[in-house]
This record gives sequence, C-alpha cells and structure tokens, in this order.
Amino acid sequence: MSAISVAVHARNRQRYQFRRGVNAVMLGLTSVATVVAILPLIWILGYVLQEGGRFLSLDFFTQLPTPVGVPGGGVANAIVGSAILVGLACLFAIPPALLAAIYAHARPNTPLGLALRFGTDVLSGVPSIVVGIFAYTVVVLPLRRFSALAGGLALAVIMLPIIIRATEEMLKLVPKNLREGSLALGAPEWKTQLRVMLPAALDGVVTGVMLGIARVAGEAAPLVLTSFGNPFWSTDVTQPMAALPHMIFVYAIAPYKDWHDKAWTTALVLIVLVLGLNIAARLLISWRRRQLGA
Amino acid sequence: MTIDQTAWLNILTSTPAQVHEQAQKHAIAGIKMQVQNMAVYYGNFCAVRDVNLKINEHHITAIIGPSGCGKSTVLRSLNRMNDLVPKSRIEGQVMLDGENLYAPGVDVVDGRRRVGMVFQRPNPFPKSIYDNVAYGPRLYGIGNKRELDEIVEHSLHQAALWDEVKDKLNQSGLALSGGQQQRLCIARAIAVEPEVILMDEPASSLDPIATLKIEDLMQELKRDYTIVIVTHNMQQAARVSDYTAMMMMNEDRSGTIIEVDETRNLFTRPKDRRTEDYITGRFG
Repeated sequence: MSAISVAVHARNRQRYQFRRGVNAVMLGLTSVATVVAILPLIWILGYVLQEGGRFLSLDFFTQLPTPVGVPGGGVANAIVGSAILVGLACLFAIPPALLAAIYAHARPNTPLGLALRFGTDVLSGVPSIVVGIFAYTVVVLPLRRFSALAGGLALAVIMLPIIIRATEEMLKLVPKNLREGSLALGAPEWKTQLRVMLPAALDGVVTGVMLGIARVAGEAAPLVLTSFGNPFWSTDVTQPMAALPHMIFVYAIAPYKDWHDKAWTTALVLIVLVLGLNIAARLLISWRRRQLGA
Repeated sequence: MTIDQTAWLNILTSTPAQVHEQAQKHAIAGIKMQVQNMAVYYGNFCAVRDVNLKINEHHITAIIGPSGCGKSTVLRSLNRMNDLVPKSRIEGQVMLDGENLYAPGVDVVDGRRRVGMVFQRPNPFPKSIYDNVAYGPRLYGIGNKRELDEIVEHSLHQAALWDEVKDKLNQSGLALSGGQQQRLCIARAIAVEPEVILMDEPASSLDPIATLKIEDLMQELKRDYTIVIVTHNMQQAARVSDYTAMMMMNEDRSGTIIEVDETRNLFTRPKDRRTEDYITGRFG
C-alpha cells in the first residue's frame, strides 16, 4: 500500500467517525422533539384521567345532572345533546361541503372555485365565538329562543372548511385516469364525480369528516350563544339543549368543589367519546379497504 | 327547382331521425370513421394539423410514430376526450358513420358510448369486478339484475377474462394483475356495446405474456368492433394491425399523418422516406 492511499484511508475513517457522530446528534434531537410533541397529549390525558376518573361511574352516563351539593347524578342529557348537536352539524355541513369540494376540485381556476378556496381559508380562521354570534343573529334572534338548531348551524359553519379542504385534497389524490375512464364510457361529469371520484376518495373524506366532528364536538364557545345548555332532559331541537363541552364550562367556572370534579369527569367522557368515534371510523375504513382488496 | 334546392329542402324539413338515416345511407360502406383536415390546438400550441385518416370497419388501424408527434391527440379526438383538456380546440371534422362528432348539437355522451376507449395504464375503478363492468350499462339505465348479469358475463367472456374471474366477481378489480386489469378495462368498454374501441398503448405497461393476450384478444374483437390502436411498438403494429398510419412531427412541433397504408405495404414498401427511416431505425 502506498503512502498516499494509507493517508486517504485514515482520513476516510476519520470522516466516517465524524459523520456517525453527527448522525447520532441529529437522531437525538429529533427524538427529543418527538417526545416534546407528544408530551402535552400524554400530560392532558393523564391529568384528565386522574382528576376525572375518580368520579366515573355508570350513573354518570345514565343520570341527569344534580344540583349543587347533591351527590351522584350524571351528564346523560349532555351526551345525548352533544350527539344531536354534532349530528345536526353533520347534516347541515356534509352535503354542501362535499359538493363544494367536488366543484373546487373539478373547476379549480374558475372565479367560483377560487372564491371557494379563499372563502374556506378565511372561514377556518374565524374564531368560533364569532360563528356563535352569527348563528345567534340569524337563528336565535328571529326565532326568539335558544335552540339546538342554532347550535347545530354554528357547529356546521365551523365544520364546513375542514371537510371541504380535506375532501378537495383527497380528490386531488385520486388518479386522473379514473375520471377519464368513466367519462370515456359516456358518463356525465356529475355521475363520474359522485360514483367514481368520491368513492375512490372516501377513506380520506371520512377522515376529514371525523376531524371536523372531533373539532366541533369540543366547541363550547359558539354553544353559549346558541344551544345555551339545559339542565334537563330534552331532545327537542327547537329548544335549548345540553352539550358536553358547554357542561364542562358551566361546571368549571362554578365556585363549587363537587362541580369542579364533575367538570373533570365530563371532560374525560368527552375525550373518550371522541376518541372512540375516531377509532371506530378508522376500523371501518380499514375494513372497507380489506373488502376492496387494495 | 334544381336538384340542389330539393336536397336542401329535404334536409330542412326532415326530422333528426330521417337525417340520421340519410347520413347512414350515404356513409361509404366499410369506412367507419373518417378524420378530415383535422387540427387540434392546446391553447396557442398546434398539437396536430392536416390530419386525414379513414378507419375501416372491422379492421384494426394502428397509429405509430415517435414520441410527442400527437398519436394520442389524434386518438383522443375520435371520442372527444380532448374536450377534457382545458383550452383545447379542434378544427376540421371527425365523421362517425358519416356524421360529424363535433357538429353543434351532437351529444358528446352518446359519441363516447359509441366510441369506447382503453387507456395506457389499466384504470379499473376501485369497485368489484362485477361493478366495474356493470358501471357503463347502469349509466344507461339497465338496472335489471338478470340483464346485468348477462352483460357482465358476456363482456368478460369477450375480453377473455371470464374463466379467470368467474368465481370472484365480488372481489376488487384492483386485486387483479396488470394484464387482467387491462382486460377488465376492455370488458368494461365492451359492456356499453360500442362500435369503435380506441386503445392508447394498451400493452405498454404489461409484460410480454400479458401483451400477447391483449394482442390475441384484439384479433377476436375486430370481428365485432372497429379498433384503433396507438402504439410506439412497431413490431406490435406490424403484428396486430391491418392498416397503419405513420405520424411525424413538423418543424413547428405539430404532428401530421404522413402516410397511411395497409400494414403489410407500409412496413415493406413505405412510400415516404421518413417512414422508411423510422421503421428501419434510422430515425434520429
């Protein structure tokens, strides 16, 4: 071996050691950052579990709220109320959101398509309390009462941009040749969009809807001005209705120790329900994927 | 009244059905489609121009030529798929049975039903095999289960796929192999009973065995249908087609058909020097 090649060899070894060192440092940094990013989630979950888990019982799911100082009781009306409010929001938001997303995807550079994209961006930045005031003005004031309908509408407005954005992004991922394949069979554009494009993007669309649901299921601010809350059992959508996040708000700001405990427990119920819904949707998607063999 | 005037009066007073019948009668026997002085523009760019092509019924016409010379553009103009390209524009005529597909008032959807298409990459819908084939017939309002079953079986038979999939019609079309997917797409195109089938490099993403199957299939299909195929594979054009159209790029980057002939003649006695250079591999 010549002197030069020995020298080169030694330098390469040195460089290799240095690169290994840099690699270890970067790996360490990214690992720490990952832990930092997950930490708040674990912290919140742990804290809520610790504070709220103590008072969790079957009664909490089946009983109505009790007044201050009366032990027991639950948030059954708020669970059902939240389900109804979110259901109404889905009913109001999903159909127009899907159609709007289809339009924005199929005609991206038309004035209407651009306006829609700009509009959804702005809408997703509007504070939820402002949406609440909006629903208060257009529904609560004319009807002269707080109602679940108004709450559903407020939540729907918050959901709209989330679903539109997610659906549009998912439609973009559908191969173009599927659309051509359908059109080449003589299918009109609208049937192509509804029967081929939307089903092909369904997994992502469902995920988008779940994101929207998860977001609005935890909204309290717009409900203060719309569905208002209700300590009693009510499934009448034209009347004030209880909801879990609003219940947490009411319990938490009250000056009573037992209500604070209930706020934590309600928070736990809300988190578990939203998480459960998400897991269910994911299972459904993976089951459907297996069915399609893809 | 001169003869000309009578003819005009006839046209003016006939119902669309009668006009159609007339057109049918006048269609030159044996010529299924005819492209006349066609030019296609994408924005300001002229993709093809001066295209003239006759497509004979129950024969396979191949369009060959170097990449980018506009083969696909010509093919896609035959069922108005170019309409989907933003800012595209077409001049000239594309006649199907003597009727201009681009005439005002002609139904694009009906044209696409009569002129089906198979694409370069197999593109089955993310649905079951059955639903893939039944998609077209359902579009046209066939909802009867027994009728659909029949169409699906017949189409899959014609696409030489039935024996391979008859026990798994409910499985996803995406679970099939590439060659099977392409035959599924052919079955899907056949299911709406087209008159012409356009194939845009249908075997270019397939292995040699699957390619052979598709080529054999084309020979079967030409008894019932008229086939136009775009291919960059000259051997394939020589093997499968009855007529071949040679395309070449002009100096302004627009494409033109420079020679059309029976495949045998075009490959053995090309008239145009550029064709000869291309098929003998001397083309730069």
